[in-house]
Amino acid sequence: MSLAIRGCLDGLLTTGPPIPAHPRLGARLAYRLQRVLRPSPGLRWLSARIEASRLARPLFTGAERVTKETLFGCRMCGQCALPVTGYVCPMGCPKELRNGPCGGVGADGSCEVYPGLRCVWVEAYERAASQGRAADLRLLHLPIDHRRWGESSWLNYWQGRDEGLWSS
Amino acid sequence: MSLRERLASGGFAVTAEISPPRGADIGPVSQTAALLRDWVDAVNVTDNQGSNVRLASWAGSLAVLAAGLEPVMQMTCRDRNRIALQSDLLGASALGIRNILVMTGDHPKFGDHPEAKPVFDLDSAQLLWTLRHMRDQGALLSGRSLNPPPECFLGAVENPAAPPAEFRADRLGKKIDAGAQFVQTQFVFDTAMFGRWMAQVRDLGLHERCSILAGVGAVKSRRALDFMRDKVPGVQLPDGVYRRLRAVPADRTAAEGARLAAEIIQELSAIEGVAGVHLLVAGNEQAVPGILDGAGVRAERDGR
Repeated sequence: MSLAIRGCLDGLLTTGPPIPAHPRLGARLAYRLQRVLRPSPGLRWLSARIEASRLARPLFTGAERVTKETLFGCRMCGQCALPVTGYVCPMGCPKELRNGPCGGVGADGSCEVYPGLRCVWVEAYERAASQGRAADLRLLHLPIDHRRWGESSWLNYWQGRDEGLWSS
Repeated sequence: MSLRERLASGGFAVTAEISPPRGADIGPVSQTAALLRDWVDAVNVTDNQGSNVRLASWAGSLAVLAAGLEPVMQMTCRDRNRIALQSDLLGASALGIRNILVMTGDHPKFGDHPEAKPVFDLDSAQLLWTLRHMRDQGALLSGRSLNPPPECFLGAVENPAAPPAEFRADRLGKKIDAGAQFVQTQFVFDTAMFGRWMAQVRDLGLHERCSILAGVGAVKSRRALDFMRDKVPGVQLPDGVYRRLRAVPADRTAAEGARLAAEIIQELSAIEGVAGVHLLVAGNEQAVPGILDGAGVRAERDGR
């Protein structure tokens, strides 16, 4: 099955309530990509061009949706926390905690709402710690802007609009 | 002496918990507050705990205040968005409710309306940050100014027993950075495990920035014991505790549960950095005097 079709199927699954998703991208590779894709003058220029285009913007956003739904169970909140959560999406937490985990985590690390699934924050801690990034989880994530659901968080990231998402 | 003053003075603080009734009668809250008044520094009034509808936390808190006891109004993120939560703080402060305990709240799935929309617009750390901002900056999240700003003493919760164990002290640190001035923990049954968490807390210096009240429960029946073991999210009941409370005849479970609670309080009070205990006795409030007597702890009422 092609990646795109799988992404669409996952997309159908992730349109409902938040459900913990296990990332399909290894932590090490994710942090390597982070270094390549961090905001730069080139990406800032490119993202501005994409945003200005009536055709490229929805296509780019659609491609981001398919990619991130497949890899991370992304729900398109438009304000991506992945770079500081071990590349585990916190919006899959049934309580959508941006500063998790809650106190209801099972002794085996399971989610209290979906006992068959692992708590996204337990997994976030393990993945971040495995790459020497456990300190990321101390960052305080500020309240999100619910008007931005459905936006491309990559464009927001490269345009510098994500800078107030968390504070140290 | 208020809870805040008690904690500032370095005295051993005691708080308990009242679960408001499912009905439009404030009487049970007032009666329980009168029972607890001479024993505890303040009492939490739960906010639809377990996602079950009860009389509102703010209303229960007013009744506690009227009964001559200091309330700790619990506020969860489950049912209200940032507009309602900020409004509730203003109302509470205006009516003399000073202590606010912030928690994310149980998921609606566990309560009597599992079909309800879970709100969770903010999480507990964000709500603490919001309330502190309202008090200290005198402004709403929107930036609009408050005249006058609310007064409040902000509390948080933490569960030292839940995974990931290595992160639980850091998470408390995050809540303190966000605004928590005191914290009440989930049930402590395993004092050795709690002691390890407290060692992490001390290493980070958190006990000097925030008063830590350890949660202590008193099991009142075999049914409650099984419920605690199987149904309460995040609670891990050690086998030894379970066996001890099952070993006594059913009509002695409550007495043994109270004795166990008193022993746990004694052990906790010896741990450096523990500022007091929070008695998680909702529905079993009459056990409080016996537990505190057994533990040799009695909140001094002088100077109140």
